[in-house]
Amino acid sequence: MPTLDMSRTELREVNATLQAAAKAQANEPFEITNPRGAHAVACGLDGALEVTVKGSTGYYCAGMNKDATIHVEGSAGPGVAENMMSGTVVIDGDASQYAGATGHGGLLVIKGNASSRCGISMKGIDIVVHGSIGHMSAFMAQKGNLVVLGDAGDALGDSLYEARLFVRGSVKSLGADCVEKEMRPEHLQILADLLAKAGADAKPEEFKRYGSARTLYNFNIDNADAY
Amino acid sequence: MCGIVGLFLKKDELRPRLGDMLTDMLITMTDRGPDSAGIAIYGDAAEGLKFTVQSDDPTAFDGLAEALESALGTAIPVTLKDTHAVLLVPAEQRAAATELLEGRGLRIMGIGEAMEIFKEVGLPKDVAARFGLREMGGSHGIGHTRMATESAVTTLGAHPFSTAEDQCLVHNGSLSNHNDMRRKLARKGVFTKTENDTEVGAAYISSRIAEGATLGEALEGTLKDLDGFFTFVTGTRNGFGVVRDPIACKPAVMAETDDYVAFASEYRAFADLPGIESARVWEPEPATVYFWER
Repeated sequence: MPTLDMSRTELREVNATLQAAAKAQANEPFEITNPRGAHAVACGLDGALEVTVKGSTGYYCAGMNKDATIHVEGSAGPGVAENMMSGTVVIDGDASQYAGATGHGGLLVIKGNASSRCGISMKGIDIVVHGSIGHMSAFMAQKGNLVVLGDAGDALGDSLYEARLFVRGSVKSLGADCVEKEMRPEHLQILADLLAKAGADAKPEEFKRYGSARTLYNFNIDNADAY
Repeated sequence: MCGIVGLFLKKDELRPRLGDMLTDMLITMTDRGPDSAGIAIYGDAAEGLKFTVQSDDPTAFDGLAEALESALGTAIPVTLKDTHAVLLVPAEQRAAATELLEGRGLRIMGIGEAMEIFKEVGLPKDVAARFGLREMGGSHGIGHTRMATESAVTTLGAHPFSTAEDQCLVHNGSLSNHNDMRRKLARKGVFTKTENDTEVGAAYISSRIAEGATLGEALEGTLKDLDGFFTFVTGTRNGFGVVRDPIACKPAVMAETDDYVAFASEYRAFADLPGIESARVWEPEPATVYFWER
């Protein structure tokens, strides 16, 4: 297995090597050693490639991922898998703020906790957090699924569009226009699929679903006096 | 953007290595703040008060020891470190020493039984080398790399800020009500020396402690009384405390082992710490006060 040692290889070279291998559909798995919290590790991969990062990463790991499978055997700093298009990103430890922000597709699995703003403005990505998430998560989330096995912090789903939020534990508070919704069979099916893909040991029935009340979609004429 | 680091040792065996460990952490945070850097280091408590003073004029320290001895009637040890000097003054002569030092145009960076503060404009690696930070031992210390936003890139604008004996503060963020709070503090007789927002935060915490609040209560108070973005790390004679504003967009990460508690803006700063692979690493919660004291 090709190994890129970040104590001896510049970040640009690491990413250029991975990007070229992904583009060439090389299909041989890569291993990254000694990331030591470096920023932007394994960013912009455009093709099926397996990458294992042996340690913790800093800002923006696995950003803009397309088709690649990136596994971080440690924790990730802010903005992990930001704007992911497709593929899979798995974080064994915790993720810092805005994990999976603006993601269009693919699956982000966080086996520890995620901090604030997890899934902010998500646009189709699926995010499964085995632990808990911080405040302002799924703010303005448009599409996709956010699954949380633990608890959610303050203002979950504030100004939410059509993303689905599933939380097993407690929710400290719901944001503006976010409400608890009925769990229908199709939601249980979505949840069961995501839990299986994320290797999460939980039953769909244990979760509650939250979504948009859709009262912010159109201007309410009764509020005209406020402006 | 700025970088913050902090290290609190639980075991005395590591004390000689404090400066070395903190220096590596500080240099790693250069990307976050290349303008200036500073460190507060808590060493052995002295018989008296350590004054850390600074001057841009290398001749300012000429004849200082003699002037202090003739004014205070006792020999005052003076240790020069680049633009700074550390003086050991009998506690009862604090006021007389302050007057003499300020009269000679020296800037007092900090006063304390244990604390010494060194800060200058320049890259963290250069600042660390100028003061010989690596060679400094101690029980705990906090450091800062600055990317200035609220006030000019000057020595006095660099962190840490000390506004009371053995107390200091480093900050990542910006306070939006610092002018209002500066006036409120001035009405209570608490004065700041610079236009800097962080100094107001430091003075706020010091004034609360002077009024009888615990460190924890003073840090709680910042959540109610200070407006803006902040991740604060405050040093005291016995330890350090951490608090983040409720929005918590300024990064923070902590690590704890049997040997130490470490704070940094980014995990990168921990990469060289002994035993970091098996440390408990976590992100401090927003609007939550943490502190460690011996």
